[in-house]
Amino acid sequence: MTILVFTLILFAGAFGAGLVGSLTGLGGGVIIIPLLTLVLGVDIHYAIGAALVSVIATSSGSAAAYVKEGITNMRLGMFLEIATTAGAVCGALLASVIPANFIAVLFGCTLIFSALNSLRKKEEHVVEQSSRLAMQLKLPSTYPTPQGPVKYGTKNVIGGFSMMGLAGILSGLLGIGSGAFKVIAMDNIMRIPFKVSTTTSNFMMGVTATASSVIYLQKGYIDPGVCMPVVTGVLVGAITGARILVKANPQKLRAFFAIIIIAIAANMIYNGFRGTF
Amino acid sequence: MGASNIKDKDIQLTIGALLRYGIWTSLFVSITGGVLYLIKHYPEVVHYDNFKGEDTNLFQLLSATLQGAGKGNARDIIMTGILLLFLTPVLRIIFSLVAFFLEKDYLYTAITLIVIIIIALSISFGFAH
Repeated sequence: MTILVFTLILFAGAFGAGLVGSLTGLGGGVIIIPLLTLVLGVDIHYAIGAALVSVIATSSGSAAAYVKEGITNMRLGMFLEIATTAGAVCGALLASVIPANFIAVLFGCTLIFSALNSLRKKEEHVVEQSSRLAMQLKLPSTYPTPQGPVKYGTKNVIGGFSMMGLAGILSGLLGIGSGAFKVIAMDNIMRIPFKVSTTTSNFMMGVTATASSVIYLQKGYIDPGVCMPVVTGVLVGAITGARILVKANPQKLRAFFAIIIIAIAANMIYNGFRGTF
Repeated sequence: MGASNIKDKDIQLTIGALLRYGIWTSLFVSITGGVLYLIKHYPEVVHYDNFKGEDTNLFQLLSATLQGAGKGNARDIIMTGILLLFLTPVLRIIFSLVAFFLEKDYLYTAITLIVIIIIALSISFGFAH
């Protein structure tokens, strides 16, 4: 196909990805990578480069849009980032030696896991007694609510740290934000309140993406012709989605998109095994 | 406590403004390059199905891109826009470093430095060849 047609299709798809991302919290790479590889026949390395660009765009974009009124726990984020960036560097390097088909299958599995996870009910357990390591690292904090600051603590720091290392490797390898793993690490393992984990995860996504981006740039995964329609489409889609969000029912939306994503994931896995990448 | 609180809020607001400015600038540059690129290349056939791995180091890439953009090469202009976008999370990290230091939190100044060092290490992998 011609560059013009390619660019237009990609822009439309990226717009959809940005829209889905802001409405459901499911990352942009989820739509962009299959769109590029399965529909447009692009090599998966260019696809993960484009996905990374969209992750950075949405992470910085939403950070710019909301003034974080003290909800993000920057210490928690920075500490966990040691694991995530180290993992991301390893993952990004691995991406150049691991066969594309394997990356595709892994991507499909991560998608399914991520989609199923976004449908689960999220219960909040507030930690009363933080672990000693958590206290030494100054992790317990407060977050503002209309009723005043709410205190929270945390524990299982090593467990959360390890999970973030895994999330980092997947980020570097697949170009995704791996938000599902971050949520598992912070919400489930470390018992951080949901609002804090969401905003902190957004902060962290930008940092992790930086680690991968250096390697992606040096290895040539970032192609301007592919990334330009992606970044513009995603940003426009995300802004549109943020406007629609007020009127939509998030739970129904999430269910609808989860089904689509599982279908896409199955397709990626199937093609990965068939060796079409 | 009062003085460092003011600095904290200032830093937060500055980061927000810088990010906004950075993203719009990046978008503007990318779109300019994109339009130029499309005008010149729109009927050409895409060939993204073959990936040629490269191994340039970051500084070579930066200087080549900026030089090409200066000469009006559309792809390099787009790339400059993307590089500007990549700069935005870097700024966030640097501001976090400054914020921790101003709060005299040396444990976290060190932790942030560790993260920055890991990222800097990744640049060195481009020097391998």
